[in-house]
Amino acid sequence: MMSFLRAVKGRAYPRVIGALREPSWMFWEIFLPLLSISAYVFVYRALHAPPEFEGFVILGGIMTAYWLNVLWGMASQFYWEKETGNLQHYIMAPAPLESILAGMALGGMFNTTTRAVSILLLGTWLFHVHMVITDPLLLALIFLICLAAMYAMGMMFSSLFLLWGREAWVLNSLFEEPIYFLSGQNFPIKALGSYVALAASIIPLTLGLDAMRQLIFPSSLPYALMNPYIELLILSLLTIVYLILARIFLKKMELLGKTKGTILTRWL
Amino acid sequence: MHVNAIEVRNVWRIFKSRDGIVEALKDVNLEVRKGELFGLLGPNGAGKTTLIRILTTLLLPTRGEAYVLGYNTAKEEDKIRPLINMVSGGEYSGYGLLTVKENLWMFSQFYGIPSRVAKGRILELAKELKFEDILNKKVRNLSTGQRQKMNIARAFLTDPKVIFLDEPTLGLDVEVAREIRSFVKRWITEKEDRTVVLTTHYMHEAEQLCDRIAIINEGKIIALDTAENLKKRVSSEFSLLLRIAPKIDVSWIKNIEGVLNFISRVEDDGLRLRIIMEREESIGDIVDGFIRRGGKITYLSKEEPTLEDVFLKLTGRGLE
Repeated sequence: MMSFLRAVKGRAYPRVIGALREPSWMFWEIFLPLLSISAYVFVYRALHAPPEFEGFVILGGIMTAYWLNVLWGMASQFYWEKETGNLQHYIMAPAPLESILAGMALGGMFNTTTRAVSILLLGTWLFHVHMVITDPLLLALIFLICLAAMYAMGMMFSSLFLLWGREAWVLNSLFEEPIYFLSGQNFPIKALGSYVALAASIIPLTLGLDAMRQLIFPSSLPYALMNPYIELLILSLLTIVYLILARIFLKKMELLGKTKGTILTRWL
Repeated sequence: MHVNAIEVRNVWRIFKSRDGIVEALKDVNLEVRKGELFGLLGPNGAGKTTLIRILTTLLLPTRGEAYVLGYNTAKEEDKIRPLINMVSGGEYSGYGLLTVKENLWMFSQFYGIPSRVAKGRILELAKELKFEDILNKKVRNLSTGQRQKMNIARAFLTDPKVIFLDEPTLGLDVEVAREIRSFVKRWITEKEDRTVVLTTHYMHEAEQLCDRIAIINEGKIIALDTAENLKKRVSSEFSLLLRIAPKIDVSWIKNIEGVLNFISRVEDDGLRLRIIMEREESIGDIVDGFIRRGGKITYLSKEEPTLEDVFLKLTGRGLE
């Protein structure tokens, strides 16, 4: 157990230190997302949409920061690690790959939280978004379980991206825009119709956003997809399912890599 | 208790691709004793790295079995991994924004080494490998030699029982390569149960470091012995080194009596030749042959046999 935790700490370290050592992220990951958020806010204002829609956009921007981290920092990470030669050292090390992924996830969460908080503070201040948190405990729980489910999904993708054998950025693009759309990043997911919304619920971001909107903007209840407690339950189940699948795909990736010789190392 | 650190039994490794089938290893058999500094010498593409990948549990053999410290590499990787480590030449592992010290500490955590112990070992290794001055330098700002010293430290930090050095001095300047070689030599003599497997295509490196050397070519071990014994195989022979200008046909050389094999390399203004021969009297025939064909000999030297000559005699190819 101590060895597992040491490996988690070791792999989380570059991400934590990266946030402190590279201040340029402030421009790229706070200012630029704020521009994108502003565009949606002004569209809603021009259309005289209910004021909570502006809050939807801020919340969507915050959770998108995590989704981007899941894609670029988790799902495609083993691909980048293979390119630099780190992956073979991770596989050769006695630490299980799960501990490496857990370290990436925790480091990524820390890193992204600093960005997310900045977007939250600046966004609410700039656009005077009014939040009424009805159940802080449930909100915190849904937020954390939503993150757990998203990063578990990222762990699952990390092996799949290697197995699919495409350039990681191509796969990231595939999962970026469609997920923005299907998760209802900037609009109530119910607008897509109940069937599409339910199908989109396998994406943790969809349920997480829907539940958090209800708990932060009570006037948005008419746009809600389902009860936040049910959404919490489904998110918990998704976390477990994605973690189990991540483990299965990790084993499969390692076995296939060792059999074919082309997955784990760049040179073969 | 196993006396062998490594045992390879009838190992084949076949890669299938769209372009066809490549037999990277063909029925390889070898044993490396505990405490031995064992060399795998062969040209690029000979199968050295494939064999290392199998022994480091990164690749499965297509057929046959390999054992490290008595454990099967295909089935008992969990027992092998804490006991081994590996460094490759031209490696770019680690993260550029971390310092050398931070990178080394990070890798030590994957082996469950307590931070305090790891930090102590990092300082010791930095002192031994003479890179104390760059411990706080970001990895992305390192030179090739500094980077490879860090890679070497990364692998030795975990105090492995068996270490695999895959072309560890590839592309390094003479001084750094010498420092790494002398460090490896010191390390193995400190404790008797330490084993090093070194792959290289630098014959002087293999000759200088290794207790025994396996010569590998086209996936097969074609000779295995001490450097001294291998050279005895060509003791009755010698090498003739020549530089010829301009580039002319040299295929006639093999028809001269006493010539066993030769290799030629194209240079800017001519050819460089290494001819392995067994009759001194034939040197005149070779010189005469070049003059008659319009070739000018700009350099000629007779040398004692080297490992490259052993390789040349056995395969008809050069090592580099």
